[in-house]
Amino acid sequence: MKNLILAVCLSVTSVLASASVPTDKPDELVKALTEDVLEVLRSDGGLKNGDVSRAVESIEKIVLPHFDLRRMTMLAVGRDWRNATAEQQQRLINSFYDMLVRTYSNALTEYRNQTVAFRPLRMNPGDRTVRVQTEVQQPGGQPIPVDYMLEQNGKAWKVFDVVIAGVSLVTNYRGTFAQEIRAGGIDGLIRALETRGSEIAKAAEGKS
Amino acid sequence: MKTKNNRETIMANQSFTRAFVLLLAFAMLVMTGCASNPRNPDDPLEGYNRAMFRFNEGVDKAVVKPLAQGYEKAVPELVRTGIGNVFSNLGDVWIGINNLLQGKAGDGMSDLMRFAVNSTFGILGIFDVASEMGLPKHNEDLGQTLAVWGVGEGAYFVVPFLGPRTVRDAVVLPVDMRGNGLVQLDHVPTRNTVLATRVVHTRSLLLGTDRALEEQLDKYAFVRDAYLQARRYQVHDGNPPIEYENFDANGKNSRGPLYETYADALALAAVGRMEFVNHSTVDSAPEIVITR
Repeated sequence: MKNLILAVCLSVTSVLASASVPTDKPDELVKALTEDVLEVLRSDGGLKNGDVSRAVESIEKIVLPHFDLRRMTMLAVGRDWRNATAEQQQRLINSFYDMLVRTYSNALTEYRNQTVAFRPLRMNPGDRTVRVQTEVQQPGGQPIPVDYMLEQNGKAWKVFDVVIAGVSLVTNYRGTFAQEIRAGGIDGLIRALETRGSEIAKAAEGKS
Repeated sequence: MKTKNNRETIMANQSFTRAFVLLLAFAMLVMTGCASNPRNPDDPLEGYNRAMFRFNEGVDKAVVKPLAQGYEKAVPELVRTGIGNVFSNLGDVWIGINNLLQGKAGDGMSDLMRFAVNSTFGILGIFDVASEMGLPKHNEDLGQTLAVWGVGEGAYFVVPFLGPRTVRDAVVLPVDMRGNGLVQLDHVPTRNTVLATRVVHTRSLLLGTDRALEEQLDKYAFVRDAYLQARRYQVHDGNPPIEYENFDANGKNSRGPLYETYADALALAAVGRMEFVNHSTVDSAPEIVITR
């Protein structure tokens, strides 16, 4: 659990996307995103001072375009996803997106000179799902394994899970989400996510 | 005077163990009262656990977190790294013993080598020379050894002051703490100082995660699920079975392994577990099931 979320965020953060990112090779995609994010982290003074809005901007621009948000939301919600209407699914995707942006952005502002090492990709020709393994190395601490799960849709690879030291960022929400659905149905979960999102946005405004 | 000190030490050690057993017994008592209507299969003790989680959070907010923040500010990073390395080094013997108990002779010997190298060349463990030499740090404890021997994890269980565990790990916690070199110092004030430093140091490493946790829908459930996932990952030495389902209505719902054949995945996993094999180079295959 040590530094888990931080590492996650860092790693996630490192999954940045830019126009020049090669999307047809999963390992190169992750590498390019990581390097883009690290580049932003190192050069952006505002980020270093804990400016979350700068972090949000980078995450939305670089990283999240390469995430399969529908797949991620589905995995976070679990089997209740099947019972959601198309409209409910879209609202779940939107509010989950906001939550991911927040989590990653927070992680980025905690950047403390970590570096990322890549392990060789193990992949068979024809695989449509692949795990790209990286390690976040922090000065003086033990390296934290961060794995990206990617799936190929058409030609492009997209990330659908980030596993930090064994904790899947996506399926870890399942327990919480199931609890909300038991209490108030799918609409209850949507309400809870949306309310929490606006609460946090308000708190952030109050601070700045 | 010396005998008096000794007696105090023995009594302090006994009282530590006794207090711990009492705490556990008390916790068990409370939770049997709360175990009604279990909803999450991993967390039948949710009522008790939530109460204890709140209590631990109170202690953290009032005492531990402010100390950790002060420590992070006052102590330079280089020194904090050294402190972390010393604690890590003390733990390597116990990690090695547990690797041996789990039948992983190569890893176990490597852990004992780490201790030898870091205690000498690393100046009492202040520098982690062994990692640079290619002896990687492992994560083992008696709870994981029991898991390898086939003991189930039991319910999720929040230990007073110490936080998330499973029942299996909580039961052997006193042994693990002793093994870690945490409570075997004879001089009580020294022992307490070392313990306090360790707690504050460990907490300081987690400061970066606080904000993300606060923003969760339900912090308790998020921490619980993350702990259980991380724990299973440790037990499986980084290769726990993961399943990714497809819940879209058009999903065919057939299950097929990620690797060419299931036997491939199993064979690779078996190779990864063989003794004297360096896990970082073998890169054992995780068992990942994808439902399309």
